[in-house]
Amino acid sequence: MIATLALFDTQRLVHLSTVDLVIIVFYFALVLAIGFYLKEQANTGEDFFMAGREMTAWVAGLAFLSANLGSLELMGWAGNAYKYGILAAHWYWIGAIPAMLFLALVMMPFYHICRTHSVPGYLKLRFGESSRALASVSFAFMTVLMSGINMYAMAVVMRVVLGWDIHVSIWISSVTVAIYVALGGLRSAIFNEVLQFFLIWAGALLIPILGLVESGGWSGLKARILQNLTEQHVANPGAYTHLWSTLGDFSKNPMGINWIGIVFGLGAVISMGYWTTDFLVVQRVLSAKDLRSAKLAPIIGAAFKMMVPFIVILPGLLGLALLRDPHTGNLLRLVPGNLAWSDAGRAQGLHGFDEVLPLMLARYCGPGLLGLGITALIAGFMSGMAGNVSAFATVWTYDIYGALINKNASDQLKVKMGRWCTLLGVAVSIGTAYLVMQTQSIMDYVQALFSFFIAPLFGTVLLGMLWKRATPAGGFWGLLAGIGSSIGMWAWVKANPDAVKYVAMSPHAQEQAQNMFRALWCWVICVGVTVLISLVTKPKPDAELSGLVYGLTAIPHEERVSIFHRPIFWAVVVGAIFVALNIIFW
Amino acid sequence: MKTGGSLSIWFFIGISLLVNGLLILGASIYQLFYPPQQEVALFHLHAGVWWGAILTIIGAAYSFYYAPGKGRI
Repeated sequence: MIATLALFDTQRLVHLSTVDLVIIVFYFALVLAIGFYLKEQANTGEDFFMAGREMTAWVAGLAFLSANLGSLELMGWAGNAYKYGILAAHWYWIGAIPAMLFLALVMMPFYHICRTHSVPGYLKLRFGESSRALASVSFAFMTVLMSGINMYAMAVVMRVVLGWDIHVSIWISSVTVAIYVALGGLRSAIFNEVLQFFLIWAGALLIPILGLVESGGWSGLKARILQNLTEQHVANPGAYTHLWSTLGDFSKNPMGINWIGIVFGLGAVISMGYWTTDFLVVQRVLSAKDLRSAKLAPIIGAAFKMMVPFIVILPGLLGLALLRDPHTGNLLRLVPGNLAWSDAGRAQGLHGFDEVLPLMLARYCGPGLLGLGITALIAGFMSGMAGNVSAFATVWTYDIYGALINKNASDQLKVKMGRWCTLLGVAVSIGTAYLVMQTQSIMDYVQALFSFFIAPLFGTVLLGMLWKRATPAGGFWGLLAGIGSSIGMWAWVKANPDAVKYVAMSPHAQEQAQNMFRALWCWVICVGVTVLISLVTKPKPDAELSGLVYGLTAIPHEERVSIFHRPIFWAVVVGAIFVALNIIFW
Repeated sequence: MKTGGSLSIWFFIGISLLVNGLLILGASIYQLFYPPQQEVALFHLHAGVWWGAILTIIGAAYSFYYAPGKGRI
């Protein structure tokens, strides 16, 4: 099949010039150079898996954010902004900022003081081996599977946007990631993530600036969106530019969700679960050099996360306002990707939602700028993938290989295992990408699988940190019950779509609402089961919980530093801006 | 943030922005004199020129400030 495919397709959204290609090639050369340069700095387990625990707050904070800024995050959420309007910004504000601040101020001290290598490692210390085994095995496999799905989705977009052959995209980008992570470990991944963070901003920032100039500022943009959507007979056109005012009813907004789902499902459970217990992002802050840096890092990440809608959500809204067919001059209406990227869709010249960012890029960017913009998308993909494989290598080496297979493994053997696991993680990701290429429905199942673990894990870790009475049996069975109930609700709605009115509390609830409410209920079940079983089983002695639980852990006082160097001060500043943004765009 | 060697992460970022800025600036100045047949939207604002210049200045400043041997982290 590979031999029959041409290296470059003739159908493409943008055409790259020589200078664009030079910029892309320079990027690949630089990330590989960083990997080779850092190879000598990754000789011990602490170096390879924890970057020596010597990262500054800025480096750890930017890597923390960048590991989440995958290309699908950029293009997918720009597409969601086109599809759902400014409601998509909830995933960047209430769906991230409170959780990041909570991680910084409440949870980070426990992660840092117990010196764990991973989140499953914390579960081992707090609840015992069975909880760690459940969390580590599920995380390790889901991470590489998700990485493969992201890889496939990225390659599809690259084919549509640039005409690049899908196999070339998969292999070049993944082999590059494999080389630089296997050589330099987490330190190399973090360095490249910080570099990629700058490139993403440098490549994407021009789009919203020029878009706002063209559309006449925010008020002009809102007026154009309202006019265009009214012209196309879209229901509730005003809902596309308001964050909260249409969330009183499932049927009054394009996402089919209400404020309870957003506040409690997204803000209180899903985002808390992702930002505080997903090892992919938490690993970055575990590498901080001291407790103050570890607390500041998520706050720095939160400050920049609040700004990401400017380069992701705004281009999606600009697409609603400005995109027109270049031949007819009529408004361009983007469609779902599976429709646009089918043979029939491509023959009709249709564009998918996820193409809105590349379309805006092509609208404003000439030679050079276009290369930097495409580099930003590639950098986003590679930072996300590097995050996945480095987290996979750590969890596999410490929590599966070191805990279940070879308990006496030496430090050198663990480093060697980490390097091989990096390559293995990339290989499994590539395999998953090819599997999805053959059977696309697998994508939905694996994405659903990943969502099953996040919310219950947050319930287990939270109770572990804040409630000393939580017992090992309570932690394990609560986690298992949470995961089981999440799978059960998902299967129930899959088998009987009418069940959505029970799971999501409304027959009008759409997919995002179902995810939010499922997460909320399985978190409640996890917490409830943990509490009930803990109350009837024997807790660990207090002495064994020192450094792991609130009330039994001596939190070191911060050095005598000025208020401007204190995490709490900056957390309050970020929190105030977060509240202001929600009011401004109400 | 040093690596244990002599190169700071910020130096790598400076080099990256500098090279990209110079390439964009060069390509955009060329287009000033030889405009393309199909112009991008808002071509008259010459975004590539000023954006390339900004990246070049920031990149040069970072590269100089965090150059090897200066001991800055």
